[in-house]
Amino acid sequence: MNYADLFRVTLPETALEIAALVVLVADLGFLRKAALNVRASVAALLGIFGCAAALWTMPLQAAGGLVYPGTGEVLLMAGGSAAVAQIGILALTVLTLFLLMDAEFTQHVGEYVAVVLMAAAGGLLIAAAQDLLIIFIGLELLSLGLYILAAFAKRSANSAEAAIKYYLFGGMSAAFLLFGFSYLYGLSGSTNLAQIVAAEQGMHSGAMLTIALVMVAAGLGFKVAAVPFHLWAPDAYEGAPAPAAAFIASVSKVASFALLISVSVAALHIFHGTHGPWSLILAVLATASMVLGNLVALAQVSVRRLLAYSAIAHAGYILLALAYFSDSPTNPSVILYYIVTYGLTTIGAFGVVAVVERSAGSDRLDAFLGLHKRNPALAAILLVLFLSLAGIPPLVGFWAKFNLFAAVLGVAAGAAPFGLVALALAMSAVSLYYYLQVLKRAFVMPAVTETPIVASPLTLAVLMMIAALVVVFGCFPALLQNWIAGFYPSM
Amino acid sequence: MLAWTIYLSFAGALLQALLPKGKPALSRWLALLVAVVGLLLAGAGFAAGAGQGLKVIVDVPWVPSMGIHYVLAADGISLVLVLLTGLAAVAGVLFSWNIEERTNEFFAFYLALIGGVYGVFLSFDLFLLFVFYEIAIVPKYFLIAIWGSTRREYGAMKLALYSFVGSAMVLIGLLAAYTTSGSHSTGLVALAHAGLPVSFQMWVFPLVFTGFAILAGMWPFHTWAPTGHVAAPTAASMLLAGVVMKLGAYGCLRVAMVLFPHGMDPWGFAVLGIGSWRDVFAVLAVIGIVYGALVALVQTDFKFVIGYSSVSHMGFVLLGLMTLKQIGMTGAVLQMFSHGVLAGLLFAIVGRIVYERTHTRQLADLEGMHLSKRLPFAAWAFVIAGMAAMGLPGFSGFVAELQVLVGSWKADPWWTAAAGVGIVVGVAYTWRALQRAFFSDLPPSAHMHEHAHELGAITWPEIAGVSMLVAASLVVGLYPRILLDAIEPAVKTLLAGGGQ
Repeated sequence: MNYADLFRVTLPETALEIAALVVLVADLGFLRKAALNVRASVAALLGIFGCAAALWTMPLQAAGGLVYPGTGEVLLMAGGSAAVAQIGILALTVLTLFLLMDAEFTQHVGEYVAVVLMAAAGGLLIAAAQDLLIIFIGLELLSLGLYILAAFAKRSANSAEAAIKYYLFGGMSAAFLLFGFSYLYGLSGSTNLAQIVAAEQGMHSGAMLTIALVMVAAGLGFKVAAVPFHLWAPDAYEGAPAPAAAFIASVSKVASFALLISVSVAALHIFHGTHGPWSLILAVLATASMVLGNLVALAQVSVRRLLAYSAIAHAGYILLALAYFSDSPTNPSVILYYIVTYGLTTIGAFGVVAVVERSAGSDRLDAFLGLHKRNPALAAILLVLFLSLAGIPPLVGFWAKFNLFAAVLGVAAGAAPFGLVALALAMSAVSLYYYLQVLKRAFVMPAVTETPIVASPLTLAVLMMIAALVVVFGCFPALLQNWIAGFYPSM
Repeated sequence: MLAWTIYLSFAGALLQALLPKGKPALSRWLALLVAVVGLLLAGAGFAAGAGQGLKVIVDVPWVPSMGIHYVLAADGISLVLVLLTGLAAVAGVLFSWNIEERTNEFFAFYLALIGGVYGVFLSFDLFLLFVFYEIAIVPKYFLIAIWGSTRREYGAMKLALYSFVGSAMVLIGLLAAYTTSGSHSTGLVALAHAGLPVSFQMWVFPLVFTGFAILAGMWPFHTWAPTGHVAAPTAASMLLAGVVMKLGAYGCLRVAMVLFPHGMDPWGFAVLGIGSWRDVFAVLAVIGIVYGALVALVQTDFKFVIGYSSVSHMGFVLLGLMTLKQIGMTGAVLQMFSHGVLAGLLFAIVGRIVYERTHTRQLADLEGMHLSKRLPFAAWAFVIAGMAAMGLPGFSGFVAELQVLVGSWKADPWWTAAAGVGIVVGVAYTWRALQRAFFSDLPPSAHMHEHAHELGAITWPEIAGVSMLVAASLVVGLYPRILLDAIEPAVKTLLAGGGQ
C-alpha cells in the first residue's frame, strides 16, 4: 500500500473534507458581516459543491479498492454495495443541505455545514470499510458529527437534551462495539473481515464468537435504532433541528446499513451460509423493531416522534432482510434500494414538518390541521411521502418493501421466514393507521386557522422534486433497480 | 382502446386536482365528460370484444429483473365488469351534482378510484392487479372521511384498514406464489400454468381468497361494509357497493380460484359436512346471504337497510363462485353486474334523492312524510329498484340469482335451500323499507311540519342517473344474452383450468 493508492480510494472523503475546510474559511473569513440567509446559502451551496465533487471523483477510485499488498487484505471496498451506498449518502446529504438554506435555528451555518460534510465522510468510510479499525474510526467520525448536529439549536433545551441522550447512548454502544471487536480480534488475530472469516471458518469458537457477535449487533443496532437499542431515536428526532434530524434519519441510516451488509456478508461466510447466531440475533432485533416501532407509533401526538418510531419499524423490515441474507448481489441491492429510497422519503417528510413547525410553532398532529387549505402543494407532497412510507403502490416505498420481502422469501423457505414476512406485512397494515392520522388532519378535519403556511420557493421546489422522485421511481421501478444492478458486475 | 379508460380516469383526476378552487360547475362537467367518455370506451370495447376470448391490449416489460410485465387484457368477465364500472362512474357523477364543498378535490379522488377499478379489471399480471387494487384504497378513505356523513371518520378508517389488511393477505400469497413457482413471472396466465404444489395451494388459497373476500363483504369480515356505506357520500357508497365490492369478488375469481384451484380440493375429512375450503367459503357465503337479509330487516336507518342488503347480495356472488359449476359461476358474474347497477340505484335514491331533501334517513321519521305523494319520482324509482333487487323476473337480479341457485343446487342442495331463505327475507326487508319510507299512511308527524315545504324539485341529473341504471337492469333482465354471451365462454375457459 502506498499513499497514492490510499489517496485514490479515499478521493470522495478527501473532497468532502476539503469542502468542509473551504466552507469554514468562506463563512468565518469572508462572510462574517453578511446576512444569515446569505451565509446559509453560500455555506449550503459550497457543501453541495463538495458533495458533487465527491460524486465526480467516485469513478476515479481504484477498481479493487484499497488492498494491503503484503497479505492482499482489502481495507476499503470500491464498487458494488459500497459504491451504491456512497452515492446514496452523497445524494441524500445534498438534499439535507438544501433544507438548511432557509433554516433559522443557528447563527453558525458554516460550522454546521462543515460538520455535516465530515459526518458524511465518516459515512462514506464505513460504507466501504472492511477492517474493524477503519469501521470504528468511520463510525466515530460519523457519530461525533451527529451528536454535534443534534445539539446545534443552541437556544433550544430540547435540542441539548436530544444531543445528550444521543451522546450517552452512543458512547455506550461504541463501547459494546469495541468490546465485540476486541473479541473478534482475539479469536482470529486479525482486524480484517476477510481474515476473520478465514480464521473462523471451520473453527468452533462457539460461545466466544456468539458473544462477540451479540456485542457487535448491539453496537450497530444502536446506529440503526433497532429495538431494544432505540431509546435515543424519538428524542433525537424530536429535539434536533429539522435538517439535522433529516440527516440523522437518512444519511446515517444508509451508512450504517451498508456497514451491516459488510458484517452480514462476513458472518454468512463464517457460518458457511447457514443460519448461524448472527441471523438469529438479527431476526430477534427485526421482530422486536417491527412490532414495537409500529405499535408505539400509534400513540404518538408529535409527528417527529411518529417518524422516529416509524423509522424503527422500517429498520426492523431491513434487519429481517439481513437476517435472511445471501451473498448474491440481489440481497445487498434490495437492502440499499430500500434504505436509500426510505432516506429520500424521510428527508422530504422532515422538510414538510419543518415548514409546518415554523409556522405553527409545534410538530403536534394538530399543527397539521387544515394543511390542504393553508398550503395545498405542501399537503399534496405530504400525501405522497406518507403513503409511500406506508407502502401504497405505485409509490417507491411499495416496491422497496416488495423487493425486500421477495428477497427474504427467495433466500429462505420455511415457516420462520414466512411467518416473519407475514408479520411484517401485518405490521405495515398497522402503519397505515398512523400515517393516515397525519393525513387526516391535513385533509379531512376542519382547520382551526386558515392563514396560509408559507414555504420558501426553494424548499418547496426541493420537496416537490423529492415527491416527484418518489412517484417516478414508484411508477418505473426498473429505473433505480437497473441503476443499482449496474454496480454489481455479476448481476 | 379499453386501456384508455384507465389513463383517462387518472388524467381526469390529476386535472381535477390542478383545477382552480371555487369552480364547482367546471369540475362537475369535466368529471361527467371523463366518466361518459370512459363509459363509451367501455361500451365500444365490450361490443368489439365480447365472446372473442382473451384479448391482450398491451404487454410490455415493467420490472424486467423480476419478470413483472405491464399486461392489460380483457376476457368476457373483464368486459362485463368494465362496462359496469363505466355505468357506475357516470351515475356516480350525476348523483354527486350537488357537491359544493371542495368539488374539484372530490372528483379528483373519485376519478382516481375509478381509474384504479378499471385497472384491476383489466390487469392480467398479478402484480399489476395488486397495484391497481391498492390504488383504489386511498381515494375511498378520503371520499368518505371528507364528504361523508354519520361517523364518517370511523367508517372511513375502518374501511381503509380492512382493505389494507385484506391486501396484505393477498400480498403474502402473491409473494409466496412468486417465490414458489420459480417461473420468474407474475403473469396470471404463467402463474396458473406454473404447477404450484397442491399442499402449497391448500394454504395459500384460503389466505388469498379471504384477503379478497374481505372487500367483497364476506361474512364475518363484512362489518366494514354497512358502516362504510352509511358513512360515505352518495356517490362513494354507489361506487363502494357498485364496483369496489366487485373488486373483491373479482379477485377471488381471477386470482384465488384460478391460480390455486387445488386449494378447493377436499381435505380428506369432513366436519359437519364441511370437507374443503370450498365448502367453508360456500357456507360463509350462505350465512352472509341470510344474515345480511335478517339484519336488514330490523334496521331503523334506511341506508343501513341497503348496506346490509349488499352483504346479502354479495353472498350470492361468492356462493355462485364456490359452486364451481358453469351456470353458478356465470350467475355470479352476472350478479356482480346486476348488484352493481341495483345497489348503485338504491343508494342513489336513499342517499341523494331522499336524504338530501328530508335530511333524515330514519324510517320512523320518513313514515310521517308521505313521500310517495311528495316525491313520487323517488317512490316509483325505489319500487322498481326494490323489485329488481328482490329478484323479480324481467330484471337483471332474477337471471343472476336463479343461475346461482341452480348452480348451487347441483353442488349441494342444502346451500340452495338456505340461500332461498335469504331471498324470502329479501322480499320482506325491501317491502318493509318501501312501505315505511314511502307508502306509509301514518298521520303527519311534527317532524313533517318542520320540513313540509322544503322538498326541492327533482333535478335532471337525478332523472338521468335513475333512468340509466333502471334501463341497464331492464335490458339485462329482458335480454340477458347480451352479457351472458360474453361471460359464458370466459367462465368455461376458467373452469377448464389454466387461466386462459
